[in-house]
Amino acid sequence: MRLLTDLALLLRITGSHGLMRRYFVVNGFDGALTMLGLSMGFYVSNEASIGVMLTACLGAAVALFMSGVTSAFLSEWEERKRSLAELERAMVADLSESVHAEAARAVPFVIALVNGLAPLSISVVIITPLILARAGIDLPLSGLEATIALAFIVIFLLGVFLGHVGGGFWLWSGLRTVLIAVATALIVMVVGGI
Amino acid sequence: MGRLHFEPFTTPMPSVRRLVLDVLKPHHPDSLEFCQRLAALGSDYRVQLTVVEVDENTETTRIIVEGVDVDFHRLRDAITEMGASLHSIDEVEVTGSPASSD
Repeated sequence: MRLLTDLALLLRITGSHGLMRRYFVVNGFDGALTMLGLSMGFYVSNEASIGVMLTACLGAAVALFMSGVTSAFLSEWEERKRSLAELERAMVADLSESVHAEAARAVPFVIALVNGLAPLSISVVIITPLILARAGIDLPLSGLEATIALAFIVIFLLGVFLGHVGGGFWLWSGLRTVLIAVATALIVMVVGGI
Repeated sequence: MGRLHFEPFTTPMPSVRRLVLDVLKPHHPDSLEFCQRLAALGSDYRVQLTVVEVDENTETTRIIVEGVDVDFHRLRDAITEMGASLHSIDEVEVTGSPASSD
């Protein structure tokens, strides 16, 4: 509990709540669109087995996780160091024993985790039908079709979340992200059909 | 030559009742959280913060802490921990009587 309180303070003093929310949505959207693109590619080619689809999707999800973690960590680490140095100059004091120094050390890890876990977790949710199909569980749709449908649902929900954050109309915001997903799917179909 | 004899030290430690501090703090933690953290150091602490001047990254504040027995060292450590600097102690009120919540 104390750890959570401390973490909340560190996020508050660095103003990282909004940043984490942005990272979650942006990278979650990356993960969802990547899974949709891959699934549509497999759907158009109609040649891959469930094992191949699952491995490819999991591979992409892990790559998105690694990319998210490392890119956010490196940029946030430098950004926090710069902010701390700036504050030390303004305070004309060494802040190495303060919560600000602790934040400069801890916050990049937290943001990096959010940045990496967002696409990974959303990807895993989207490919759940493929996992179930691979495990031999019967679904009303094929594993791939259910994955595509789930990708659209998740993308719609991300849009709804964005609308909720921005204070806009949730349905319009959700439909806007679905429109992006439809455009992506159409492009993949056109490219895959060539 | 007689043996030296010392009376045991029985005088109670004076207790600090009120401190007025000049503190330079960053904008975060904000004044409310800053005061809450200081007040949490003692169950009877009463903390009042006045912002005297605001700069781009910092604010100069005047903090009054009142209590039956204010622990200055813990107060100073908490201020440092929150990234602030104690510039001066502007006022002190100390009583020679032992700390009691009269």
